[in-house]
Amino acid sequence: MLFQGLTMEPRTLFDKIWDPHVVKSVEDGPDVLYIDRHYIHEVTSPQAFPGLRQRRIGVFRPEKTTAVADHNIPTTDQHLPIRDAVSRAQVEALADNCRVAGIEYFGIGHHNNGIVHVTGPELGKTLPGMTIVCGDSHTSTHGAFGTIAFGIGTSEVEMVLASQCILQTRPARMRITVNGELSKGVTPKDLILYIISSISTSGAAGYFVEYAGEAIKSLGMEARMTICNMSIEMGARGGLIAPDEITIDYLSRIPSFNRNPEAESLTENWLSLRTDPGAVFDRELEFDASSVPPMITWGTNPGMGMAVDGKIPEADQPGPGGNDSFLKALEYMGFKPGMKLLGHPVDYVFLGSCTNGRIEDLRAFASMVEGRQKAPGVTVLIVPGSQQVARQAEEEGLTEIFKRAGFAMRQPGCSSCLAMNDDKIPPGKYSVSTSNRNFEGRQGPGARTILAGPLAAAAAAVTGRITDPRELIRVCD
Amino acid sequence: MNRRKFTILESTCVPLPLGNVDTDQIIPARFLSATSREGFGKNLFRDWRYDKNGNEIKDFVLNRPEYGGSILVAGSNFGCGSSREHAVWAIADYGFRAVVSDSFADIFRNNALNNGLLPVEIPSGMLSDLTEQIGANPGIIVKIDLERQIISADETGMSVPFAINSFRKQCLLNGLDNVGFLVNMRSRIIEYEKSRGGPG
Repeated sequence: MLFQGLTMEPRTLFDKIWDPHVVKSVEDGPDVLYIDRHYIHEVTSPQAFPGLRQRRIGVFRPEKTTAVADHNIPTTDQHLPIRDAVSRAQVEALADNCRVAGIEYFGIGHHNNGIVHVTGPELGKTLPGMTIVCGDSHTSTHGAFGTIAFGIGTSEVEMVLASQCILQTRPARMRITVNGELSKGVTPKDLILYIISSISTSGAAGYFVEYAGEAIKSLGMEARMTICNMSIEMGARGGLIAPDEITIDYLSRIPSFNRNPEAESLTENWLSLRTDPGAVFDRELEFDASSVPPMITWGTNPGMGMAVDGKIPEADQPGPGGNDSFLKALEYMGFKPGMKLLGHPVDYVFLGSCTNGRIEDLRAFASMVEGRQKAPGVTVLIVPGSQQVARQAEEEGLTEIFKRAGFAMRQPGCSSCLAMNDDKIPPGKYSVSTSNRNFEGRQGPGARTILAGPLAAAAAAVTGRITDPRELIRVCD
Repeated sequence: MNRRKFTILESTCVPLPLGNVDTDQIIPARFLSATSREGFGKNLFRDWRYDKNGNEIKDFVLNRPEYGGSILVAGSNFGCGSSREHAVWAIADYGFRAVVSDSFADIFRNNALNNGLLPVEIPSGMLSDLTEQIGANPGIIVKIDLERQIISADETGMSVPFAINSFRKQCLLNGLDNVGFLVNMRSRIIEYEKSRGGPG
């Protein structure tokens, strides 16, 4: 008993990052949590700055905030002023607020511009062990680097600008272990859609998720970002993956990181950031990667997913109001219980977003469309996640592959993922989308979104139908 | 900057018994381009409330004359999806002061509390009963007593305790604002930064 205090309890990776960031624990209240990196964009920040002005205070640590314009910007003719006056005002407000506060800002057309969750990691601004927030629920993306990263509201953006801290209740801990190996034709997006469809869109509410296991460890950083990105779609506060050699290798290719004289000692610390053996999670789940098929969604939340060649469930859904929500979703989508979607006609395909707008995703899409042609009647939007992704796609010849297959590449932005700009899917049209949400109207009023990975999206783009990407790969072989 | 205090709320209710209502339904993205917090209420549940020509959809609950009041009685996992605080601004701007459910999405709950909109979490069975009772009698007055942490209705005999941490409760009861709380902690935060070797 005497030595009990000397024995270190095994701890989770999450706690190892959270604890040293607690400035103060409020009794029977939230923790005051220090934030290492704050990202802002034009849609959820403009209402935060006036609060500071009313209080007659400045931004507390402007060097810890990075701003991009991404949500509402057009993805064509970015050299011209934004046509929509309200969107233009919002982007201008962001630029003004940043200029006044001394916040680094990457506006439209800047070589560092892009979707905040794509460009931040590319620039080496997301580093292991950090706490990261942004007024955007897909901030969970950055957890791929072994960070505690999560989305916040505008009041919390104001808190961070005012104090570099937020008030946050410590979430419960969940570990999702994925063993085995993904099959050919199955992407990381399919894996996360599979997990979400297994535990539902609220299955991880109240938890912060650590992804572990050999299938996760074998994934590259882009893939890990795709997985962590969609943590919010099962209700999780965020998701993270322990940093390892793959993380360090990614970072070592970023010029700003290599210039950091402390890179070597930092690296050593980061590699020790991991969950101790025997650490206790509030909930543990296990999945087998080899049983994951290419996935699509059939309903109006990301938990309503199935194998691309599967059947929509029958109308006997559990829970209060379960059947009502189920039938409402099917009515919106124009589907019936028990229906198969393989071969169903598709009107639009969207490759892009903070989920699947990275170079790996463009490569996967290109591998499938190379030597094939865009199907007649399908409109395809290929929107790179950042200027860097666009440049890389050009250098690697992907842009040329797209062109030969009949697709044009647009300029970076959030685009059709939330359709705040002109990239809207018309009412009633079917869109196979590599984005993260199939909510009613998400891609435009009345738009019918079928979420999928980049390979299934490419297969739809060249066939004009819901197609099992494995079938096209077999033809290649 | 103090907010309106939340003490006791007595009101009729608006039932919306659908699960997983996401913030894209509460306020669609195309209405997020404003730079102020005001005026979002007119587009609350826009695409469920109005057809594409802007006409009211008669059977949507906000358009039904028998229902009204400042308490929204929702379904499970209310407010999931996007972190947009505009969803809370829209609900509050429309006139709601509390949302009752058996579960809320995490970011939505924080956003609500930061705006003086009270999320009241009650057990699923109680929620189903309450929804049913409101359906049968839209005139039921529900009382939410934050100090005592009890939601009740005299007509039905319902009286259910609900949880809220004491810090959040005090903020709501006194109309205190959390940004001010953190700004007042700046010297402590600077001490913390020094202990980590400076703000850098």
